[in-house]
Amino acid sequence: MSASSAFNDEKGGSSSVGEPEYGHDPASGGIFSSDYKRHDDLKEMLDSNKDALKLEAMKRIVAMIARGKNASDLFPAVVKNVACKNIEVKKLVYVYLVRYAEEQQDLALLSISTFQRGLKDPNQLIRASALRVLSSIRVTIIVPIMMLAIKEAASDMSPYVRKTAAHAIPKLYSLDPEQKDQLIEVIEKLLADKTTLVAGSVVMAFEEVCPERIDLIHKNYRKLCNLLIDVEEWGQVVIINMLTRYARTQFLNPNINESLLEEGGGGDKTFYCSDEDEDEDEEKEKQAEVSALAKRKPYVMDPDHRLLLRNTKPLLQSRNAAVVMAVAQLYFHLAPKAEVGVIAKALVRLLRSHSEVQFVVLQNVATMTIKRRGMFEPYLKSFYIRSTDPTQIKILKLEVLTNLANETNISTILREFQTYIKSMDKDFVAATIQAIGRCATNIGEVRDTCLNGLVQLLSNRDELVVAESVVVIKKLLQMQPEKHSDIIKHMAKLTDNIQVPMARASILWLIGEYCEHVPKIAPDVLRKMAKSFTNEEDIVKLQIINLAAKLYLTNSKQTKLLTQYVLNLAKYDQNYDIRDRARFIRQLIVPTEKSGALSKYAKKLFLALKPAPVLESPFKDRDHFQLGSLSHLLNAKAGGYQELPDWPESAPDPSVRNVEVKESVPEWTKCSSREKRKEKKVEKPFYSDSEGESGPTESADSEPDTGSGSESVSVSVESGSPSDSEESEESSESDEDEEEEEKEKKKKKKEIKQMQASESEQSSEDDRKRDRKIKEQKSNSESESDEDSESESSQSESSDTESEVEVKKKKKVSEPKPPSKPLKKEKKEMSLLDLDDFEPTPSPQVTPVNTFLSNSLVTDLEGLSLSDSVLSPATIAPSSALKNYELLHRITGEGLSVEYCFSRQAFSPDANMVAVQMHFTNNATSDTKNLHIEDVKLQSGMRVKEFAEIELLPAGEATTAVMGVDFCDSTQAANFQLCTHTRKFFVSIQPPVGELMRPVFLTENEFKKEQSQLMGMNEISENLTLDAKCRNEHAIVQRVTTAANLSRVPCGSDKECRFAGKTVTSGSLVLATVATKDEGAAQLTVNCEKMVIGTMLVKDLLLALTQ
Amino acid sequence: MIHSLFLVNASGDIFLEKHWKSVVSRSVCDYFFEAQERATEPENVPPVISTPHHYLISVLRHRIYFVAVIQSEVPPLFVIEFLHRVVDTFQDYFGVCTEAAIKDNVVVVYELLEEMLDNGFPLATESNILKELIKPPTILRTMVNTITGSTNVGEQLPTGQLSVVPWRRTGVKYTNNEAYFDVVEEIDAIIDKSGSTITAEIQGVIDACVKLTGMPDLTLSFMNPRLLDDVSFHPCVRFKRWEAERILSFIPPDGNFRLLSYHVSSQNLVAIPVYVKHNITFREGSSQGRFDLTLGPKQTMGKAVEAVLVSSQLPRGVLNANLNPSQGTYTFDPVTKLLTWDVGKINPQKLPSLKGTMSLQAGASKPDENPTINIQLKIQQMAISGLKVNRLDMYGEKYKPFKGIKYMTKAGKSVSSYLFEFLFI
Repeated sequence: MSASSAFNDEKGGSSSVGEPEYGHDPASGGIFSSDYKRHDDLKEMLDSNKDALKLEAMKRIVAMIARGKNASDLFPAVVKNVACKNIEVKKLVYVYLVRYAEEQQDLALLSISTFQRGLKDPNQLIRASALRVLSSIRVTIIVPIMMLAIKEAASDMSPYVRKTAAHAIPKLYSLDPEQKDQLIEVIEKLLADKTTLVAGSVVMAFEEVCPERIDLIHKNYRKLCNLLIDVEEWGQVVIINMLTRYARTQFLNPNINESLLEEGGGGDKTFYCSDEDEDEDEEKEKQAEVSALAKRKPYVMDPDHRLLLRNTKPLLQSRNAAVVMAVAQLYFHLAPKAEVGVIAKALVRLLRSHSEVQFVVLQNVATMTIKRRGMFEPYLKSFYIRSTDPTQIKILKLEVLTNLANETNISTILREFQTYIKSMDKDFVAATIQAIGRCATNIGEVRDTCLNGLVQLLSNRDELVVAESVVVIKKLLQMQPEKHSDIIKHMAKLTDNIQVPMARASILWLIGEYCEHVPKIAPDVLRKMAKSFTNEEDIVKLQIINLAAKLYLTNSKQTKLLTQYVLNLAKYDQNYDIRDRARFIRQLIVPTEKSGALSKYAKKLFLALKPAPVLESPFKDRDHFQLGSLSHLLNAKAGGYQELPDWPESAPDPSVRNVEVKESVPEWTKCSSREKRKEKKVEKPFYSDSEGESGPTESADSEPDTGSGSESVSVSVESGSPSDSEESEESSESDEDEEEEEKEKKKKKKEIKQMQASESEQSSEDDRKRDRKIKEQKSNSESESDEDSESESSQSESSDTESEVEVKKKKKVSEPKPPSKPLKKEKKEMSLLDLDDFEPTPSPQVTPVNTFLSNSLVTDLEGLSLSDSVLSPATIAPSSALKNYELLHRITGEGLSVEYCFSRQAFSPDANMVAVQMHFTNNATSDTKNLHIEDVKLQSGMRVKEFAEIELLPAGEATTAVMGVDFCDSTQAANFQLCTHTRKFFVSIQPPVGELMRPVFLTENEFKKEQSQLMGMNEISENLTLDAKCRNEHAIVQRVTTAANLSRVPCGSDKECRFAGKTVTSGSLVLATVATKDEGAAQLTVNCEKMVIGTMLVKDLLLALTQ
Repeated sequence: MIHSLFLVNASGDIFLEKHWKSVVSRSVCDYFFEAQERATEPENVPPVISTPHHYLISVLRHRIYFVAVIQSEVPPLFVIEFLHRVVDTFQDYFGVCTEAAIKDNVVVVYELLEEMLDNGFPLATESNILKELIKPPTILRTMVNTITGSTNVGEQLPTGQLSVVPWRRTGVKYTNNEAYFDVVEEIDAIIDKSGSTITAEIQGVIDACVKLTGMPDLTLSFMNPRLLDDVSFHPCVRFKRWEAERILSFIPPDGNFRLLSYHVSSQNLVAIPVYVKHNITFREGSSQGRFDLTLGPKQTMGKAVEAVLVSSQLPRGVLNANLNPSQGTYTFDPVTKLLTWDVGKINPQKLPSLKGTMSLQAGASKPDENPTINIQLKIQQMAISGLKVNRLDMYGEKYKPFKGIKYMTKAGKSVSSYLFEFLFI
């Protein structure tokens, strides 16, 4: 770089600070002086006390580094500032240190202690940045220090520090590969980490350090699948690529019986000659196979395989092209053929991105189109070439178009090709002509059309076009030379004009090869060529010799002399290849005494029937490289490429992926610490709040635990058919099995439930056992229903980690007792909510803990309540059933009937919503599909959280789903359409005012205090006469809690019943008091900040108590 | 992963280098220069070049090559996507991404690159996080820094990196809370000589500029979401919600971002907003050619077609063009043979036309290449697909934001190109 530009740079680098006094300083003007002197000036600045000067100096140094200038002699001066207070100076020093530490190892050691101090800092971000810089210093001496730091950081509380530790692993590995074993231990530990932040980085480390240790993944496979959507995009790419490889070793080929599933039907036939036979056979077999399919034992996909496919699919919608490509290759390599199609649309979308992205995507599409043409056929037009495309993109698109060509679309494709030939980009035109040639060889029907078109091109004015056409025609003619002697004649004429060597050589070869078809012209051409021999290019000369030899063998009378002449010319040619050839041919064709037995066979040698060349795509067979990889793009193995293994013959043991629940024990205990919980809250995955009905209570963190816990449950239930959860999604056959099974189950329902309950409890830990003991004692009085609900709740906990099918299944299992079920749930939930109140900010992560704690606390409470008989019935067992409302009548719904009730459970995806449990029954004879909600019409502020679409509700079956509605504390109805795959029904849900609140646990004193603040306008009192059946306290409590979702407040007086609750949306307190007097007279008082709610509640409660 | 990054300008100088692992000598770029020489056009340099010890993956943006050096297997798209993200970040920080801008801000660039990659693996690529770490330079801040000696590096620690919503920085405060959404659609069509459409598709994006205090949770719903055939989202959009309800629900990043890009499938329904009448002929034997082009509006639903720019690559044999535009101005570059006509707004009463003659090389035969015509245009206040935003709601914050939605249609980057003449069939 010139001195003047250096000066400009310098200015640029420093202008942002531009210390005025230094602007005129002779030293800073000394940029033009020697480097040595300038550095002196920088050293001076670095040694000063002023941060501004140091900063200025560092900025200039960094600018030097950026330009690639050597600044290493400043090392001692810079390193001194490593502990500088100014953050920017510090950062720039880090930049410098990392750049030059390798060259100045001894001096770099001076800075290590600063970072070691940083590693102990209470602030996680400082710990992380210290580790980051420390591990970036490539000095072998500090390997043990780094190892120690990494190990420590790997068990740090902060996930961010653990992430940094994961980043540091490959750094250390590249510095000292000897540490591999120790590093693998750290990787193993970090792989077990449950945060999204760490997942991507640790898999990256895994890929760099020990990609062969696939066994480390087993235990973490399901977790990785579940976390995937919340991992940052770069991590997603790495994880998906790794999981592709993993799946190839662990699962069976889903396309083992695939020939039938081939998408697209008849139009899909392959047109490559090599494939044709195979294909015809396939066609014939099809009929037989279709009938055989039903009988044949169907391939059963491992649920984990399905999990991977399902969890990666949404990522096709990512904005990051690398993620989309990663998912696409995963589907291409792992999915059943019928499902691969989904990636086409996403890949086509990438074609609208930057040209570099297009380049890579098209390469991969080209490979895919060879194997799975049908997939991209609908998007044919997206590959049409635009005049603005760069040439390399054009050529790749051409490749794809050629691969996609078949009888049905060839005419449109050829029409496109014709316009391309007129392009001004000559490389592209040449490629087009070759593409036409390939279409012609692949599709017999258009061979003649193409050949005619190409022959017309021979009269094109552009020589390149002509030359390329000649080469292609040559290849085409080889397939059926007899028919086309006139084309050969035409081409012979071209030798006068055409100058491109390759084309001339091609023509000569053609004439020589088919000299019998053009007996008159051939010798004449040779004559002309002999004349111009000395001026020809080498390849043309070789072909002239060839032509001469062939003519000599067939027509020696006319051409003997010419041949001799040509051979003589060649004998003295400058090129030794040509001299060699001439000598060799002379020996072979001109019989002399010395010539051996070979000359007898000269004719056979030269005029043997040559196989027609197969015009193949350069992308054929590239798919043995993992798509999307660098190796695939280069078609050569790049360093560090991990071979994509073949499918195993038989699946390895799937149970290796089962995770024991025990692993979670430390997590639970840790959670109790307040700080930990805070951090965990931070890690809450973003997307999971919209997952499933009981969604966000389930953090991704705890997913694997509960997942595996419930796994054991489901296995125990379904021991008859371990795979049916998978099958039911695809084959109705197994559905029937399931039904049958279910009938059996219904009989054994109770047993199973009990079993489940005990099963799930067994899977929990010790401290829970203690609770259960208490519980068991209690359950004597509470009867088995308690246990039922126990199993119920454990099911709902686990439901979203399970496949949807399993959720449905469970619903079915629990279905026979629909009316009582919600009630019992509610009982549990109510006590749960009481607890929530103790902990004002329950984070989703800790909810499982909550459940636990609450279980124990409930039992504790229950234990207490045994002595205090007043409390227990009110808070724990509202005995009447929840009221069911009709949403859709059987007749209007054409067989589909829907009822709903307010389950009074906390709606976990959104605390401000009221949970509405919907019960769908399909009374029709046909299945109902795709039940979902649409077109929600709401008053402003109201919101609805729909239930997940019910994909299939078989005839006669019933299912339940939970949706959430935020009514904004008003009794306005929520209107929406309930849609099935055929119909839409307008329905509305109107909540009774009592359902707009949730219970709150208050003590008597709190209650009084709150009540005293809600006097005047906020208090509404009514006198009433109690219903005859409702004179005792128990009955009053029951009626009130049925009418409104309130909880009982303990009260010293037996004349008063108090209830408390909060409105769901705004959280305003709702207090209700029923004071009984003599002879059934009573006074009802409601205190509520929201007067409307208060008034309405009074009305409802009056009704409940008087009737 | 990524070892080093070299920035190469149009004249082939390396003006910035950054290494994340051991230093790779800049001589590795010689392989790149070789490829650059071989390529006829700047955009024809292969994005992936293999050298004996390294692989070079490059992108070309704003006439700067960003060349990444790779040593082992890594998905090429991973690197390409990252490099584009780097350019986007530079653009976000400096307004433009030119050699001069990068050189002026070399320290900020270096700090950014340092944060974006750790050991060659992306660390922080979200603009919101980066802005928390390193404040973008503004004239005001530069002046303040000069006077007070304060720095560009954020004082507070980047807590955003730890949050659930890494794309949004914490503690955002505005006095005017506003959220603007631009629905921009591009028509991408190839039309043949006779005026019939060969392919046409609509791609759209929704770009947002959200300046809202706190942690707002927005939902955006469409009147006709079914129009959207294929979508890709900013990571902030909750995918499940879209799947279930076709509603975009998200906690937005602070500032400008692309919320959504989509593709409208209805292939036959695409209304091309303009038509072209053309007559470009060369007579055999004469050194003159005729050029006649008329534009007219078509299916624009009463909206004006603006900023029309017609460009045509004329055959190589054309020496000069002597044309007469009825409105606007035209230029003809005799070297590249590119004719551009800046039409401006189309007035349906008086259709713009460009007529005249072209002079050919004397003695040259009639050129047989096809001139293609590319048209760029803009239509304000209309999304050609008919996509309409239904409503935008905000939850999680108490204030009432100002909301605005703007529609615009333009011709795509690879514009409507009119191709003439067929050879056979």
